[in-house]
Amino acid sequence: MTEYLNQGSKDTRSGFGEALLELGKQNPQVVALCADLTGSLKMEAFAKEFPDRFIQTGIAEANMIGIAAGLTIGGKIPFTGTFANFSTARVYDQIRQSVAYSNKNVKICASHAGLTLGEDGATHQNLEDIGMMKMLPNMTVINPCDFNQTKAATLAIASHPGPVYLRFGRPKWPNFTQAGQPFVIGKALLLNEGTDVSIFATGHMVWNALQACKILEEQGIRAEIIDIHTIKPLDEAAVLASVSKTGCVVTAEEHMRNGGLGDSVAQLLALRNPLPMEMVAVNDTFGESGKPEELLKKYGLDVPDIVSAALKVISRK
Amino acid sequence: MLSIEDLEQTASQVRRDIIRMVHGASSGHPGGPLGSADFLVALYFKIMKPDPLQFTMDGTGEDVFFLSNGHLSAGWYSVLAHYGYFGTDELATFRKLGSRLQGHPATAEGLPGIRMSSGSLGQGLSVAIGAAMAKKLNGDEHLVYCLMGDGELQEGQNWEAFMFAAGKNIDNLIAVVDYNGVQIDGPNEKVMPLGDLEAKFEAFGWNVLSMYGNDMTEVVDGLKKAQWFTGQGKPVMIIMTTHMGFGVDFMLDNHEWHGVFPNDEQTEKALGQIAETLGDY
Repeated sequence: MTEYLNQGSKDTRSGFGEALLELGKQNPQVVALCADLTGSLKMEAFAKEFPDRFIQTGIAEANMIGIAAGLTIGGKIPFTGTFANFSTARVYDQIRQSVAYSNKNVKICASHAGLTLGEDGATHQNLEDIGMMKMLPNMTVINPCDFNQTKAATLAIASHPGPVYLRFGRPKWPNFTQAGQPFVIGKALLLNEGTDVSIFATGHMVWNALQACKILEEQGIRAEIIDIHTIKPLDEAAVLASVSKTGCVVTAEEHMRNGGLGDSVAQLLALRNPLPMEMVAVNDTFGESGKPEELLKKYGLDVPDIVSAALKVISRK
Repeated sequence: MLSIEDLEQTASQVRRDIIRMVHGASSGHPGGPLGSADFLVALYFKIMKPDPLQFTMDGTGEDVFFLSNGHLSAGWYSVLAHYGYFGTDELATFRKLGSRLQGHPATAEGLPGIRMSSGSLGQGLSVAIGAAMAKKLNGDEHLVYCLMGDGELQEGQNWEAFMFAAGKNIDNLIAVVDYNGVQIDGPNEKVMPLGDLEAKFEAFGWNVLSMYGNDMTEVVDGLKKAQWFTGQGKPVMIIMTTHMGFGVDFMLDNHEWHGVFPNDEQTEKALGQIAETLGDY
């Protein structure tokens, strides 16, 4: 299989922070807003370099989303930053009316998504955000897989008109995609060609899918690994092309099964090409405190879970 | 130069439009817009005077207005039409399938004059603050206005916005509370008392003015006074006392006319009390 090397683990949120600083230098219309989590979101460098274009709202996320929507009226490109839970669940109606329905050019950037937030526990581990955001018309939903891809995605969304939800995480995580990679919104990335099973993964789970791919290869199974960094709009052509070759599907995501990537892929396949499918995702439960790796294991998102899902779905062909 | 009498004549026609639009749609909110008609007419025709033929979403180089209590849409649409953003004929499509005049204001249909969807309450002031900050960043010295309902102040997001605007010196912003004292379920006092609004806004750090909103002279003077208070480091709040249903005796101060349309007989009676000044659409 294609070899992917960890160039040194880094947190995806730092990719966001680096890109935001670059955007500040490139485009005077870019402004950033944060609700008292500047350090956690890695927005300090932008705040220091561009104090006039950095808006600290305090712990008032609803107001932050409204201000961001208002800033677009005047041509600004606002990037809001807070945890995934406070970027979505806490402010859903503000996003719905003032951003999505009004089709404003707001970039909602959410860190600490999913179980890998870890020890803070279920109050902060949002596992529903992709579902909430993808249901909103006009909204683009992106979940990059590592530091380099998060940086590339952050740079790319600045020149994409319209609302975007960009989701990333807290922990250091293998950084294996190319630095300076081009990022095309809505274009899935084929990481490894295979013929026996298609594994569509998003976010941190892309690395786990690549590890599962190695294990499967040792068993003589050739898995096709596709990085779905853009959940909406889904790269339907890439999904359909892959499954027409492999005949079965596994999805992997750090999100609730309801409303996540698996749900989007299942909907597409049910309508266009029904095939055996397994979903590696959290199944209708809240998380809890623990180390990221412990949580991924307990909630069925670890490498062996992807391997067993692949073996199971192949047996159903 | 429009006289106070000219403005009053326009407001009278706006009130007729409101009754006819809500009656024509067999739905909508007559009470609130009847009370705020004088304010909206004064704001557009005398105070902001934006260019209706050069509407841009960004609103650069002109004053911009946000309606936070979007259920006052009938009155706003009528003012926008008479001001020249679109033809008054279109008022007949209010709340009907395929109309640009949605039940609550929306940007999706591309109606000139509308920059933000509103109706889910408590969000407009935050948006207005954002637009005011964009103006500051752009070196645009024009002002941002926002009308809010009084019942709407029960939404917590407003208080986040009040704190922010004062804390961050958003002094190119004039917010106006349409203080008619009633909301859907009854008087504010019974539903959820608002307390001493003036003291609350002052404690939050705003410059607070008050005016009676159903007297054109007082509205124009009040808005001019508010303009004078801008640029002094604090956001400006006008507590504008109005009467829900102003202009129609059986709707006056009656919360039951918040969101109920008049039947044929009531419509005829109401229109008999409001002079047709500019011609019905």
